[in-house]
Amino acid sequence: MPHAARFFLLLIVLTDFVVLGTTRLGTIIRAIAAQGILLGALSLVIAPEWTPHAVAIAIGAVAVKGVALPWLLAWAMREAAVRREVEPLVGYIASLLLGAAAVAIGFAVSRRLPLPGGGSPLLVPVALASLMIGMLVLTSRRKAVTQVAGYLILENGIYLFGLTQTATVSFLLELGVLLDVLVGVFVMGIVVFHIQREFDTLDATRFGEADD
Amino acid sequence: MRLLVLLALPLLAAGAAWFTKAERRHAALLPSVAAIHAALVVSCWVWPAFPAPGGWLALDAAGLLILTLSSATFLATAIYAVGYVRRETPRGGRVFASCLLAFLAAMTLVSISQHLALLWLGMEGAALSMAPLVYHRHDRRSLSAVWKYLLMSSVGIALALLGVYFLATAQSGSAGRPLLLSDLAAAGAALRVPWLRAAFLFLLAGFGTKMGLAPMHTWKPDTYGEAPPLVGGLMAGVLTAGAFLGIVRITQVMIAAGEGGFARPLLIAFGILSLIVAAAFIAGQRDLKRLLAYSSVEHMGLLALGLGLGGIGAYGSVLHVLNNGVAKTLLFLTAGNAILHSSSATSADNRGLLRRLPLSGALLFIGLLAIGGSPPFGVFFSELTIVGAAVNGGHAGIAAIVLAILAIIFIAVAAILLDVVFAPAPAAEPAGRRMRESAWLVTPPLALAVIALVLGVWIPHPVRALLARAAITLGGHAP
Repeated sequence: MPHAARFFLLLIVLTDFVVLGTTRLGTIIRAIAAQGILLGALSLVIAPEWTPHAVAIAIGAVAVKGVALPWLLAWAMREAAVRREVEPLVGYIASLLLGAAAVAIGFAVSRRLPLPGGGSPLLVPVALASLMIGMLVLTSRRKAVTQVAGYLILENGIYLFGLTQTATVSFLLELGVLLDVLVGVFVMGIVVFHIQREFDTLDATRFGEADD
Repeated sequence: MRLLVLLALPLLAAGAAWFTKAERRHAALLPSVAAIHAALVVSCWVWPAFPAPGGWLALDAAGLLILTLSSATFLATAIYAVGYVRRETPRGGRVFASCLLAFLAAMTLVSISQHLALLWLGMEGAALSMAPLVYHRHDRRSLSAVWKYLLMSSVGIALALLGVYFLATAQSGSAGRPLLLSDLAAAGAALRVPWLRAAFLFLLAGFGTKMGLAPMHTWKPDTYGEAPPLVGGLMAGVLTAGAFLGIVRITQVMIAAGEGGFARPLLIAFGILSLIVAAAFIAGQRDLKRLLAYSSVEHMGLLALGLGLGGIGAYGSVLHVLNNGVAKTLLFLTAGNAILHSSSATSADNRGLLRRLPLSGALLFIGLLAIGGSPPFGVFFSELTIVGAAVNGGHAGIAAIVLAILAIIFIAVAAILLDVVFAPAPAAEPAGRRMRESAWLVTPPLALAVIALVLGVWIPHPVRALLARAAITLGGHAP
C-alpha cells in the first residue's frame, strides 16, 4: 500500500475525531466535507489504474460527499440559526475515549477478517472504526444536523470498505454513492428543512416523543 | 420477459402519476395497475416465468410467495384507496399515488431478484418510497415519526449494504458469478467462513431493522401510529415480508455453506426477544394502530423463530408470512374505517363500533381474532406449526415460553377487541349518527378476511406445494 493511501486513511480517522470532540456545528460540517474529499482522493490512490470508471467514482464521491451534502447541512444550519451542539447524551471526553476504543476494536476485529489477496492492512480497521464512530455520533447527539453528520461518517466507513471490492464487483461502490444521494440529499434534506420550518430548531430529541 | 414487465409496469405508472395533476386519474390508475400486476402474477403461477438474461431476475418458490402476497394485498389496498381519498384527501395526491406505485415496483424487485445487491436496491427503494407517505399529516408527531423511521431504516439499509460487501468478499476466489444466489449456494463450503459469518450478522441486523425485530423495533409504534392506515397495512404486511425475504436469502446461503449452526441460534434469540418485548408492550395498549405495531413485532419474532428452528418451522415461517400479511392488511384497513368515522385511533373513542359501522365492526372482530391466533384462521395454524417445530427439535423450553407469550398477547388483544367492538357507544354520541359504509372501503377487507379464513381451513394444493418447496430451500420440510 502506498504511503499516500496510509496518510489519507490517518487523516480520515482524524476528521472522525474532530467531529467527536467539537461542539461547533460549523467545524463538524467542515470535517465532513474534508472527509468526503479525502475519500475521493483515496479511491484514486488505491485504484490499480486510472480507468474512466475509477475516475468517475472518485469525482462522484467528492461531488456528493465532499461538496453537495456538506453544503446541504450548512444550509440547514444557517436556516435554523443553530451554531452549537447542546448537552450531548455522551460527553465530549467520553466520546473521544469511545472513539479511541472504536479504533482499537476495528484493529482487533480486522485481524480476524483477513482480506483475500492481502492488500491494504489499514483499510478494514479504519472502515470499521468509522462505522462505529458514526453510530456513536448518530445515537449520542441531539441536533438533527449532527445526527446526519454521524450517519455520513457511518456511510463513509462502508464506502471505505467498498473500495476493497472494486476488483470483483465493480458496481457495488455506485450503490454506496446512490445511498448517499437518495438518503442524504433527497429525504433527510427535506426532513431537516421541515423540522426547521415547524419548530425553528433542529433539536431532534425534544419534539413529540410519543408515549408508549 | 414477463418479469421485466412486472417490474416496469408499476415504475412507469409511478412516473405517469407524478406528471398527472387530475385527482380522478390517480384514483383510476392505482387499482387498474394493481389489477394488471396481479393478473401477471397469477399467470406466473400457471406458466412459470423465464429468468431474465444473466439470471439476475428469476422467480423461485420463496420469491413467488412474497410476490403474490405483495401483489394481492396491494390490489386490496389500491381498491380501498379509491374510497379512502374520497373521505380524506392525503396531502399531495400525486405524491401519494406515485409513492404507492413505486413501492409496488420496489417490492416486485425484491421478490424477483436473485442478485443480492439488486435485492438490497429493492429494499432501499421500498423503504424510501414509504417515507413521504408516513409524513402525511405534516404535524409535530408525524414529523417525529418520520424522522425516527428514516434514521432507523437508513442505518438498517447501510448495515445491510456492508453485509452485501462482506458477502462479496466471502465469495471472492471461488468460482461463480458474484452475489448470485444460485452461485453462492453452489460455492457452499468454498466461501470464506469469517467473512460469511460477518455478512450474516450485518444482513440480519440490517434487514432485521426493516422487519422490526426487537431491539431494532423502536421506530415501529410511532411510524404505524402516524401513517395513514392503508400505508400502515402495506408496511406491516408487505414491507416486512420483503425484509424477511432478505433474511431468508442469506439464511439459504448459510445453510448451503454448512453454517446453519451459526445462523440458527441467532435467529432464535432475536425471535424470542421480539416476542417478549411485544408481550410487554401490548398489554394495556389503548391506541389501535400502536397495538397493531407491537403485534407486528410479535409476528416478526415468530418468523425469525420458525426460520431458526428449521424442520417444519421453516414451513410454518413461510406460511406465517402469508397469514400475517393478509391479517395485518385486513386489520389496518378496517381500523382505517373506524378512524375515518371517529377521527381518533384510541380504543375509547372507537367504542361500540359494531353498532355504528356494522360491517367494519364485524371485520375488525374477525381481523383481531385472526391476528390474535385464534382458530380457524391461518395465523393459528402457522403459529402451531412453529411451536410444533420447537417441540420436534427438543426445545421444550422455547415451546413453553412461546405458548405463554402467545396466551398473554391473545388476552390483551381480546381485551381491546371486546372494548372496541362490543362496548356501547359513548353517551355523547348522537344515537342516529351512522356513516354509510362505502363498498370501496368494505369489499377489500372482506376479501382479505375470506383469504385469512381459507388459509386456515384448507390451503389450496398449489399454495401448499409452493410452501413446501420454499421450506426445502431453507433446510426444512412440510409437516
